[in-house]
Order: sequence, then structure tokens, then C-alpha cells
Amino acid sequence: MAGALLAQWPQLRPANASISAGRIDHLYFFLTGLTLFFTFAIFATIFYFMIKYRRRSEQERPPATEQSFALELTWIIIPSLICVFVFLWGASLFFAAARPPQGAIEIFVVGKQWMWHLQHPEGQREINQLHVPVDVPVRLTMTSEDVIHDFFVPAFRMKMDVVPGRYTSEWFQATQPGSYHLFCAQYCGTLHSGMTGTIEVMTPTDYAQWLRDNSTTESMVQTGQQLFTRLGCDTCHLADGSGAGPALQGRFGKPLTLRDGQTRVMDEAYVRQSIFDPGSLPLPNYRPVMPTFRGQVSEEQILQLIAYIKSLGSGERTQAP
Amino acid sequence: MSTAVAEVPVETRIHYLNASYGIKSWLFTTDHKRIALLYLGSITLMFFIGGAMAVLMRLHLIEPAGALVQPETYNKLFTMHGVVMLFFFLVPSIPATLGNFLVPMMIGARDLAFPKLNLLSWYVYITGATFTLYALISGGVDTGWTFYTPLSSHYLTTHVIAAATGVFINGFSSILTGLNFIVTIHKMRAPGLTWKRMQLFLWSIYATSVIFVLATPVIAIALFLVVLERAFHVGIFDPAIGGDPVLFQHLFWFYSHPAVYIMILPGMGVVSELVTCFSRKKPFGYMFIAYSSMAIAMISFFVWGHHMFVSGQSVYAGFIFSALSFAVAIPSAIKVFNWTATLYKGSISYQAPMLYALGFIGLFTMGGLTGLFLASMATDIHLHDTYFVIAHFHYIMVGGAVMGYLGGIHYWWPKITGRLYHDGWARFAALVIFVGFNLTFFPQYMLGYLGMPRRYAVYPSEFQVLNVMSSAGASILGVGYLIPFIYLLWSIRYGPVAGSNPWGAKGLEWETPSPPPTNNFQEPPVVAEEPYGYAEPEHAHV
Repeated sequence: MAGALLAQWPQLRPANASISAGRIDHLYFFLTGLTLFFTFAIFATIFYFMIKYRRRSEQERPPATEQSFALELTWIIIPSLICVFVFLWGASLFFAAARPPQGAIEIFVVGKQWMWHLQHPEGQREINQLHVPVDVPVRLTMTSEDVIHDFFVPAFRMKMDVVPGRYTSEWFQATQPGSYHLFCAQYCGTLHSGMTGTIEVMTPTDYAQWLRDNSTTESMVQTGQQLFTRLGCDTCHLADGSGAGPALQGRFGKPLTLRDGQTRVMDEAYVRQSIFDPGSLPLPNYRPVMPTFRGQVSEEQILQLIAYIKSLGSGERTQAP
Repeated sequence: MSTAVAEVPVETRIHYLNASYGIKSWLFTTDHKRIALLYLGSITLMFFIGGAMAVLMRLHLIEPAGALVQPETYNKLFTMHGVVMLFFFLVPSIPATLGNFLVPMMIGARDLAFPKLNLLSWYVYITGATFTLYALISGGVDTGWTFYTPLSSHYLTTHVIAAATGVFINGFSSILTGLNFIVTIHKMRAPGLTWKRMQLFLWSIYATSVIFVLATPVIAIALFLVVLERAFHVGIFDPAIGGDPVLFQHLFWFYSHPAVYIMILPGMGVVSELVTCFSRKKPFGYMFIAYSSMAIAMISFFVWGHHMFVSGQSVYAGFIFSALSFAVAIPSAIKVFNWTATLYKGSISYQAPMLYALGFIGLFTMGGLTGLFLASMATDIHLHDTYFVIAHFHYIMVGGAVMGYLGGIHYWWPKITGRLYHDGWARFAALVIFVGFNLTFFPQYMLGYLGMPRRYAVYPSEFQVLNVMSSAGASILGVGYLIPFIYLLWSIRYGPVAGSNPWGAKGLEWETPSPPPTNNFQEPPVVAEEPYGYAEPEHAHV
């Protein structure tokens, strides 16, 4: 058995398959070096003192060591400087990676006990699998139908909680075609460890082929548009603005002012809230007549409606949440 | 053996153990030393219950598909392991046993300020533990020790309410103990015992008590709200009924991060005592060690958000929490450097307590430094909720807090029982624990970096080698913990008589006979010198 285990001795570094993986690893390696250095330094000093100053007779009474304020300051200031350095390094990496670049492919993710539902803008749906092209940024907009999950891809050094009742997002740009683990990293109940999948990173040609092979009759926008009609949204939200509700054309991503003077940007969370709880977002010039659609539309359908509303023209791309 | 001859003086002298007999004399005692022993018995039981669950988990993880139990059972195992170990072993461990036993003696008092309150806090602890054990026996609970909502408040069908109630009740035990220590240390110090003459153990217990009193109510409220939502569907955390699931995490970590320092600060206090005693040196940088305890207690309240970098909290909030988390590392580093410097030109002996103390310093250093990986936002994204986190906090809580606890138990055991244990066995056990610990948890750092998430009942097969190594280590560690249990119990009856001060240690607790009389001191002590006067020969007491 030992031989069999040794034969499959693991690599010490996880796959390095996104543009941020290498950057995060550099910081990781630096911290590993720092940890090893100080741990060995402390251990070596202790062992040295243990041997050199071992008790030689029961009568030994060594005099007290002179206290040294300078020494204390030294070992306060040097670790502090190291900490400031590491903090700035980690924070700047984090901040740089917080905003997705322009032109990212937008994938919608819904987590539910215990599976991942993913949908491409072109309409392809996947479960526990995501096909993406290499070298193109991909942004995930995520929510959960039940408890908190977490979309974790070790090869991309990427992780974000998937929270019910709100949208979170993360993005990556894969650098190596291949097949990578997708894990749910936030404990979510009985089959938490079964809530896994794979990310298939493909060359652009393979990806185009995959999209064709799996083409659906309608894109997310078209599905959303049909829902928009079926739910009767279009009876009030008329394009020319003459309906009982505001026109949605060209509104996504732009700020709007509520009746109480508060300004909100019309983002994914805003759309979701106004579908589930329209009374909480009263607009000036409109009577609060919109009913709630809670219980009538699923999280995935909301995402389709969002895709449609986005397609009606959007303002400037807003900052990622 | 000469023990039969030496036993005579112990048997004839009246002390706290033989002052009265019978079960009632223990269950209704208000003597802080007896209450400490009640706690010692109860937390040892909880330790072995929690440990048994860890052993089952490690056995299960030998196979990628799981070797032992169904995922649902595995989830219950890690939940109960966490709940039992954290709330019912680590939090009370040093404060409620060694703290209870030593605080009055170290300040030259007869007892704590509120002896009946002290007994009450033990009964509160037992009540809380009973609820939790009921949850365990009646089928278990599988929320994870973190009780994250809305999983805990809505989706699970196990005994969440019983377990949460147990932790809720137990919180009051912490609060009462903390209150008792704060008042005692403020008001009952012997004449001449100024703050700057206090032993470092007292400083760390004082800092811990502040956290007990200020932080514990928050977890009580958080769990109360979970129960409220679960039982009466009041929308607090579940977004389906208008709540906010992330709010729970803020409340939970507002307690649970400072709680980490509840677990480690007393261990640091113990190590400060051990290092000075076994190197016969005044602690280097006494005031720096003392004030760093207070600094840790304060800063620890403002770092909770580093558990939530990927929870969807704002990027800017993350910056602040990251910076403060680095800041809290500094006082810990100060302690490590000062302990090491204390050894310089000392007269170092390697009796068992010292081995535990040195093990503490090494493992705590490692655990503390790997904390930087998690305080730094970019690396935390990758390592959060993986085995790296498990390894990190076990280096702090097992490598640190449990090592400190065992070191303290070994150091004050002669004072508590009046007997000496076998030093050879004790050193052997310390070594076994050190080796077993590292073999268990070091591979988990590597697993975490490779991406293995925590709380997985099954895992991809490429993680198997490291998991098998970790499980092998756990079996060594388990044996390591059983050895002291045996020789310490053995020593109570057969160990040689210790005398009042077997280590040649300084401190008021060593100036009274072992075991101490019920009133601690034959006459109230007066303190006229600085602490840790190891440069002068010890006083000829008793």
C-alpha cells in the first residue's frame, strides 16, 4: 500500500491556470519563505540556548539580563515593517483583481443544494460543468436558491461566496486549456462535498465548436424576453414610457432617484429587489401598483430577465459589487 | 520505594483535599481550588469526547470516498468536534481550571471575590454541556461549529436548537468567571502586590477576562436569534423571510475572533511562567509581555471581518480588517521574541513543563506566521475555507493552547495534588504529542494550498497521500494525549510527595504547602519585592 501511495505522490503546487494564479502564488511563496525563516530562526535560537545555557548545577543563579528598550523596539519595528509590506502587497493584488476587465463573457451561476446551475449568454445551460475559452475574461454573476455556497476553483486561485438574496461576482481569465476542479467551499449541508464540478477550459476554436454543438433554440436574452411577456411585465413597462411603470430601455447600470431622494444604481440586485419586493423601491411619478413576483419566478428566471433588461441598452458599466 | 515514608506528612496535615469528605462537600463547595478540580474533570471528559470524534474523522478520511461513515454522519462529527472542543474545552480550559486554582493564590487571597458565583458558573457550564451532549446523543447536529445561517436557521432538520441552547447557556459561565477574575484581581491583591508586581499569568488571565465579559454576550445574542428564527420564523437571517444571512457572520465572528484569544492568551500566560521558572530568569521585557496581552485583547475586537473577505463584504471594509489583522500579529511576535530572549544566559532545565512550553513557542510561531497568509487578502481568497485554515488554527489552538494547558497542568500538578508524576514519562509524552501533532497538521497546510476544501466527507483521490499522513499523525497524537492521562492519575496515589516548591519557582503560590490549605495561606502574605527574583536564592519556606 505504501508503494502505491508513493507512486501517486501529489504535486506540491496546484495547477496554475489563470492570470491571477501566478501573482497570488508569488505572494504565497514569499510568505512561505518568511514563515520558514522565522520558524527556523526561533527554533534554532531556542535549541542553541537550550544547549549552551543548560543547567549545570542546582545551585546556579544566573543574574537577571539587563532589559533593553532598543532591542524591544527593534523587534517591534522590523515585524511591523514586514507586515505593512505584506499588507500592501496582498491588498493591491486583491484590489486590482476586484474589477473585471471590459468585454468579459458573462456567465450566470445559481447554487442550490447540492448542484451548480450555470447558463451562458447564448442560452446553453450546464450543471456542475462550465465550458469557457482560454485567454478571455469570464465574469460570473452568482446567487443561491437556498443556503450560502461558495464557487471555488483552486487552479484559478478564485473563490467567492454565493449568497441567497443577493448577487456576488467574481471573474477569471484562464491561461491553460484543461479540466479543473470546481468545489463548493462554504459548508452547505449533507452533500456539501458532492457539490463539485469541473471547469473545462478550451481553445477558442474548440469553444466555438462546443457552443455550436450545444446551441439552443434561444439565448438567455430571448428566454428573458419571453418571460417578460408571459409574466405581463410588458403591459406596464412600455418602451415609450407611457405605461404604468417606467420604460426599461437604456436604464440598466444608470443611477435613479427613489421617492425618498435616495439614489440607487439599477444593477442586478436592484432588478431582483424590484421584482420580489417592488414596494421597497418607490419611484417618483409612478404609483406603487406593481405586485410582487416572489414565488412565481425562480432565481434562474430572474437572471434571464436581467439578461433581457440589460439587452435593452445599458448605461456605463458600473463597478462590480 | 520511599513514598510510603514520605506520605506521612501529607496525610496528617489538613489541606483543601482532605478538609472534608463526601460527594456533597464537592458539589456544594465554594473553594476555588475544588471548583477548579470540578472543572478539570468536566473539561477532560469533554476533551476526550471531542477527541474521539476527531479520531473518527481522521479514520474516515483515509479513503477518498470515505472509509467509515455517511456524509451526514461525517458532518455531525466535525460539527460536534468543533462545538465540544471550542466551547466546552478550549474556552474554559486554562481560565476555569488553572485560573480558578491559581488567581487567588498568586495574589495572596483566600478565594475569588465571589465564591458562590464561581460555583454557579460551573453549574451553568454543566447545564450547557448537558444540552450539547443531549444534542449529540439524540442524533447529533450538523451545522458546523459556526452555525452559519440560513443553513442552521432553516434548512437542517437536526437538533440545532439544543446545541445552540447549550452554547448559549455555557456563555454565561464564561461571563461569570471573567467577571469574578476582574473583580478579584482589582480588589483582592495582597498588600504590596502592585500591578507591576503581578505574575504574567495574571496579566493574561485579566486580559482574557475582559474578552469574556465583552465578547461572550454577542455570541449569546447571535445564537438566540438563530433559535428565534428557527422556532418562530422571525425573519432575521434568512433572506426568504426578509433577513440577511451575512449579518449572522458579523455577529458570530465579533465573538469568535476574540474567542481565539480567549483560548491562546491564557496559554501565553502559562508559557511566560514556565520559561522564567525553568531558565531561572526574570522574564525579558516583563512590561512588554504584560501590555502585549492587553493590546491583543483590544485589537482582537476589530479583526472579525478577516473571516469574511469572500462573503461579499465591501472591498474597503476588507482593507481595514486586513490591516488590523496584521496589527494584531505584532503583540504576539513581541511575546515570542521576549520568551526566547528570556532563555539567554539562563540556567535551563528540560523538565516536562519546559518541553511543553518550548513546543508551544515553536508551534505558536508557525501558527501565527501562517495567520499572515489569511490576513493578506489576495492569498486568503485561495486559502479561505480550505485545509490551510484548519492547519493554521490547530497550530494555534492545539499546538498553542493545548500545549500551554498541558504545560501548565504539569507545572502546577504538584501544587494541586501534592504529588510528583514520573518526569521521564512526561517528557516522552511531550515528545510524542509534538511529533504526532506536526505529522497530523503539517500535511493539512499542503492540502489547503492544493485546494482541498474543509468539511468534505469525500475528496478527489489526488489528495489521498497527504490525508493518510495526517491520519497517521492523528493516531500518534491520540496516544500522546492518553499517556499523561494515565501517569497523572497514577501519581495521585503513587507519586512521590512534591513538597511546597519542587521547581524552585518564584510566586506566591509556591510559598504555601502543597496541596494548599483551604484558606490558601497560613497567614496573609505581604509582598515586598519585584516578581521573578530568580537571581537570589529562594526563600526557605515551610
